[in-house]
Amino acid sequence: MKQIEHTEASDRLISSKKNRQMDEVRGGILVRFCAFLMIAVSIAITIFLGIKGLQSFIVNGVSPIEFLTSINWNPTAENPEYGALPFIFGSIAVTLLSALIAAPLGIAGAIFMTEIAPAWGRKILQPVIELLVGIPSVVYGFIGLTVLVPFIGQFKSSGSGHSLLAGTIVLSIMILPTVTSIATDAMASLPKSLREGSYALGATRWQTIRRVLVPAAFPTLMTAVVLGMARAFGEALAVQMVIGNTRNLPESIMDTAGTLTTIITLNMGHTTYGSVENNTLWSMGLVLLVVSFMFILIIRYLSSRRKI
Amino acid sequence: MKKNKLWLLTFLTIALLAFVTACGNSSSSGDSKDSKGNASNKDEASGSITISGSSAMQPLVLAAAEKFMDKHPKADIQVQAGGSGTGLSQVSEGSVQIGNSDVFAEEKDGIDAKALKDHKVAVVGMAAAVNPEVGVKDITKDELKKIFTGKIKNWKELGGKDQKITLVNRPDSSGTRATFVKYALDGATPAEGITEDSSNTVKKLIAETPGAIGYLAFSYLTDDKITPLSIDGVKPEESNVESGKYTIWAYEHSYTKGEPEGLAKQFLDYLMSDEVQKEIVKDQGYISVSNMKVERDAAGKQSDK
Repeated sequence: MKQIEHTEASDRLISSKKNRQMDEVRGGILVRFCAFLMIAVSIAITIFLGIKGLQSFIVNGVSPIEFLTSINWNPTAENPEYGALPFIFGSIAVTLLSALIAAPLGIAGAIFMTEIAPAWGRKILQPVIELLVGIPSVVYGFIGLTVLVPFIGQFKSSGSGHSLLAGTIVLSIMILPTVTSIATDAMASLPKSLREGSYALGATRWQTIRRVLVPAAFPTLMTAVVLGMARAFGEALAVQMVIGNTRNLPESIMDTAGTLTTIITLNMGHTTYGSVENNTLWSMGLVLLVVSFMFILIIRYLSSRRKI
Repeated sequence: MKKNKLWLLTFLTIALLAFVTACGNSSSSGDSKDSKGNASNKDEASGSITISGSSAMQPLVLAAAEKFMDKHPKADIQVQAGGSGTGLSQVSEGSVQIGNSDVFAEEKDGIDAKALKDHKVAVVGMAAAVNPEVGVKDITKDELKKIFTGKIKNWKELGGKDQKITLVNRPDSSGTRATFVKYALDGATPAEGITEDSSNTVKKLIAETPGAIGYLAFSYLTDDKITPLSIDGVKPEESNVESGKYTIWAYEHSYTKGEPEGLAKQFLDYLMSDEVQKEIVKDQGYISVSNMKVERDAAGKQSDK
């Protein structure tokens, strides 16, 4: 053991200038290669999805306007209709609604952990949040299907509890850890001088939190919410199990709905490569990608406005 | 030391890459060699093939493949499930040797059905099944159509309980749905309802949701959690499918690109053998093709054999 340590240290100390230069070059190449690979992969995926996603419009002649605005989805009918609006609407609705639930809960949890009870609050909440992150989405979906869906079903005049509401609840629990942990980092990174200055002016703890700390951390808190929304938007498995996957525009949150991701996962395996139906699924994937890019743009914009 | 580690890392990466690419090559080159080898020695099956496609067919093909591999230890048969569309696409591309499908290749867009050879492995019967509480066991085909198109909305209209009807559908592209729409609903588009892909989930939903109706393969009708409906007095039973009285059924197809060769041919022959047709096919809840007194073509025309 000692021998090895000895040679290691001497190796480092006496290494010749030439050797060190070689190290520099090698390290530089390795890091550049990895970075280049990452960039290349993301660009390749974007291009691939772009080409595949546009094929239904270019090759199969599906009207992009119909695709984005029609509420009729009948790909197997004699006069097939390809209106994906109900699914786009479903995806957006379920994302916004789950953010509405998860944002206040997550931000309140973050405030609790950093301001109210930094010592024991963090000790308990932190592991709870990590636990929530670790649960696979299929388990969330299965619990939702077994517990939540029959429960909601009791309040409906007929049938099962598959609904936008069930999807919203499952998703909001799933994105809660994302929102909470980023919000906690945001609150914790606020400088102590802010709190002390506020207390020195005679503000109470709640006044300090409400008037000073939350406004100061606001852009990062919003970033936390948007990141949570991005996750909700892309989730397929858990939502598919509880939302009902219908192609109607939901009239209330108790109605069944479908999302882009659930329709893709339900139909992808049954369709043949290159068929119109398969291509329209790729187009839905493209819509997902475009919306994700929009989420990233929003996050970039919010980060640039960060005050502290 | 540090330098050595870096070299080791680089070496390992390269070795791994080489290994992966070598694996990819060996399986494809192995195939061609094996099929040649088989020609000279017909008794011993060896080599490797990949089968993909219909998830409904996977248990059947997998059970047969395991038995086949027990008998021929040198043969390696991989059975994947990915959906009928994936199976047909991959066999047309040549990336798998056999593609399983619930529907005729002619019924799917984007597939050159003429380049594929159809092997009808089994027949699957499908039944409309309801929650046991609705109190209806026998309906006419016309009533079934009206239920699924949303014209009948309550079970009491059919003499059952006062419960609203909840439809459990399959995705548009699903082979089960295509069969049900074609032969049970005569092509009528089903009204909206909860849509699930997996037969187990559909069964769970029908069993747990008051007033629910859905459709399932016969192999899922094993217990009394759900009640299969007789249509025009004809029970959804194997004997009625075989005689042609019960019309909601479909073939389970195994497609090959052109005539099968080597191990693929040996395995398909095995699938059609009595051992598979009389035992595994029956155990898995399917109907043997050889027992069928009627047959059907890609257009859906039924005729006596």
